[in-house]
Amino acid sequence: MAEQTEQAGFPLPSQIADVPGAENWRSMYRYFTRLAPDDDKRFWFYNSMHFPEPMPAFDTITAEIPYSAIGANTARLFVFPTTLGIEHRIVNGRVYITANPVLDPAEIERRAAEFGPRAAYYFEHWDSLYEGWKDRLRALITEIEAIEVPDLPEWEDASVVFAAKGIAQNHYLRENFHRVIALYSKMWHHHTEMLMLGYGAYVVFFQFCQQAFPEISDQTVARMVAGIDVIMYRPDDELRGLARLAVELGLGDLFTEGCVAADVLTALEGRGAAGEAWLAAFDEARDPWFHISSGDGFYHHHLSWNDDLTVPFTALPSYVAAIAAGTMPVRPTGKLRAERERIANGYRGLLPTDDEKAAFDQMLGLCRLVFPFVEDHKFYCEHWFTTRFFQKVKAFGALLARFGVIAEADDVFHLHHTEIDQALSDLSLAWAAGSPPLGGTHFPPLIAERKAMLTVLKDWSPPPALGPVPEALNDPAVRMLWGVTAERIESWLNPDPDEVVGVAASAGVVEGIARVLRDVSEISALREGEILVVPVTAPSWAPVFAKIKAAVSDIGGAMSHAAIVAREYGMPAVVGCGDATKRIRTGDRVRVDGDRGTVRVL
Amino acid sequence: MSSPLVLPLAEAGAAAEVGGKGASLGELVRAGLPVPPGFVVTAGAFTAAMTAIDRGGALRASVEALAASDIESIARVSAALRAQIIGAPLPSPVADAITTGYATLAGPTGSAGSAGAAVAVRSSATMEDGSAASFAGLQDTYLGVSGADAVLESVRRCWASLYNTESVAYRRRLGMPEPGLAMAVVVQRMVRPRAAGVMFTRSPVSGDRSVVAIEGTWGLGSALVSGDVTPDAFIVSKITSEITARRVSAKIKIHQVPPNGPVASPPPSGAPPVTVADTPAGLRDVPCLTDHEIRALAAMACRVEARYGAAQDIEWALLDGADLPNERIVLLQSRPETVWAARDQGPAGTPKPRPADHVLAIFGKPL
Repeated sequence: MAEQTEQAGFPLPSQIADVPGAENWRSMYRYFTRLAPDDDKRFWFYNSMHFPEPMPAFDTITAEIPYSAIGANTARLFVFPTTLGIEHRIVNGRVYITANPVLDPAEIERRAAEFGPRAAYYFEHWDSLYEGWKDRLRALITEIEAIEVPDLPEWEDASVVFAAKGIAQNHYLRENFHRVIALYSKMWHHHTEMLMLGYGAYVVFFQFCQQAFPEISDQTVARMVAGIDVIMYRPDDELRGLARLAVELGLGDLFTEGCVAADVLTALEGRGAAGEAWLAAFDEARDPWFHISSGDGFYHHHLSWNDDLTVPFTALPSYVAAIAAGTMPVRPTGKLRAERERIANGYRGLLPTDDEKAAFDQMLGLCRLVFPFVEDHKFYCEHWFTTRFFQKVKAFGALLARFGVIAEADDVFHLHHTEIDQALSDLSLAWAAGSPPLGGTHFPPLIAERKAMLTVLKDWSPPPALGPVPEALNDPAVRMLWGVTAERIESWLNPDPDEVVGVAASAGVVEGIARVLRDVSEISALREGEILVVPVTAPSWAPVFAKIKAAVSDIGGAMSHAAIVAREYGMPAVVGCGDATKRIRTGDRVRVDGDRGTVRVL
Repeated sequence: MSSPLVLPLAEAGAAAEVGGKGASLGELVRAGLPVPPGFVVTAGAFTAAMTAIDRGGALRASVEALAASDIESIARVSAALRAQIIGAPLPSPVADAITTGYATLAGPTGSAGSAGAAVAVRSSATMEDGSAASFAGLQDTYLGVSGADAVLESVRRCWASLYNTESVAYRRRLGMPEPGLAMAVVVQRMVRPRAAGVMFTRSPVSGDRSVVAIEGTWGLGSALVSGDVTPDAFIVSKITSEITARRVSAKIKIHQVPPNGPVASPPPSGAPPVTVADTPAGLRDVPCLTDHEIRALAAMACRVEARYGAAQDIEWALLDGADLPNERIVLLQSRPETVWAARDQGPAGTPKPRPADHVLAIFGKPL
């Protein structure tokens, strides 16, 4: 493989030229994200699953803090014997990552002695630990929602004096902002707390199955594991319930294709008791289920349904129409559960010895034990907490805008959190001194330049990987979540011009018209019966699965959310294609082959 | 000798009586699996015929006396014996049994004057000593045989093939006894498949027990077996019925029995009347099976495997006519899979004291 790399490998990190018009991109990012000379010796791959777009300066926190937490978990907390953490670098605005393996056998053994009891403790107490985990996450969410953004009035309320508080609001500018960042960091430590062990359980079972059944697909193994009653489906279920209620209450006429949420809500107020009943149910569903993100929580513009009702109100009309027509697809949970057992029993039955059957039972049991956490943590972390986090940062942005430090609230996301910290110091001094903050001349030109560079960088096609291909891919997350395998790398290196190759994630073959959506904000363009082509499907896209014929994504493995939802809907899906969104255009007629993992442009 | 001279396939059981192929087909029929209708000319019929053809067994004794190294004599003596088997008068009970068997198979339309229904006449060796496989390529098969006389001649040619120079030389090398040697013959209604091939109930490549590997080509399966074409290949999961791999090849040649062509008698050379033609351009690169047919074949393979309780190597054909693919499939042969069955594979895993120990173990060594 090493020889092959030299012939037709990926470019070295140092060979990547700056994108014309965005030569100053490094100024957006901290020094510790830049490539170092020795980075040419290592293999990096573009994490387009989590970071499909160039990074606004603030949003780099969604790499900085998660990778701090993941590495701490594997390298320091649980002491995984064969893997340390993940490093990341930013190249032309894109996040490239590499995993640090442990290769020295003596070192592996030394680490294994620590890892054993630590990991075993979590597996043995998994369910009760998960219950406690949920409580801790809910507490963090309550805490971040309660953080006040000082409003810096002309003078403090007299009560501050009479209660002898002694501390003026400008103090809380930085303290409270630091708490927002600190809570985000805590959330990510909890996010990875159980996740890496969960992936470990998956890797073990997948490897066993591949040993016993060399030709089994990841997709089939995943189907034996996948849970049915996971909360990531709940927002979609709530939406279906609301659609049903609208039909029952005779309100279906308000939900038409292309309807605008605000108009519908206003119209409902004029529909008497029926409208009132629906709005009550709507409010009930919104907390917490509409805290689901329209993206997957790695960008500030991934708003929750609550922040932006476009996604739910794009899905509601087709649900209402389907219910009225009696063609509403019902999630066949009973059938799915039976199918899962049938497949697992089928493979189990083919194992030749009782010993292997017993080992199979243990490993499958372990996977099913960890599955609810692995799937549901996303709702608590990436969705509920993270959308609250970004809204809180935006509130600080609104304050800065009010004092003229930046032009508008959203501009705050073009500043790194350490730069926001500086802006808040500036504001604190200015408010205290009774002078205008100096940031008003410093930040706006800088933000304008960054916005312009991001626009230019958006059109850059990042190579899927950089540097020499490694002998082995050790990291459990890299394989399970990103679907980066030796075969995938090979197909990135040798693309067939007419065929996009990915992971066969959900079986079946269909042809149809492609709709390429790079961003969830384009979701309303999607038409009935199209084939969805996206960088990555986030869970909140589930409602649109009722509309589409097949799903294709750039990044993702057999356990990625797109794969799970597609299997539920029984529609073909090919994930982890690398560059499907670049090679397929909206309007192309394509054939999606979910058995083979290919998409052909016809 | 009270053993029957011919047996319907459904009653073909003991390999010593009906040969390996006959016994296997009989088992399939009794399992309710689709096999072209037919009968077996038993080892008993062979023995009865030889009693008349080679009175006292002198010719066969002379074969056994030959030295393995004396190829010239083997060729001469076995040719004489073959000529005798093909040419000498048959005892009438044997000839009548075969003629009646054929008439029953051909049905009322198969009147004596016309060419009658076409059948396949195939040797079915009775030796089950492991060397049978080595003989497989040396025993004759006649396809598209029509009319009672032609069937009789083909049966005799199958018997005679037991005394091919190569077969005799092989037996002499191993010092196998000649007396008691017998050959059964299977006579089946001829099928004219649209596509045909083989399938294994384990992956021939990886030994995976959870898949059926299917290879097929247009027309007769002989194109595939003889290596005249690179077949289409499909892998189907037994559990999910998903087609997990497919390779569609350029199937340059097609083997066929001439359509409706009355074949008076097998060609003297013994070569079956199979035509080899260029595959029509419009078919060459087209898969010879639909997904529906692939899944139906895989399901059929699983039934065969379940019947035998061991992995199987199956010859299949797909006919035109019926609407449903599973009604168009016929099975022509099933043998135990031998390659992977002989390989001792270690267990994929063994249970551990605690389930989590699996994770601890895997991360304790380099991946």
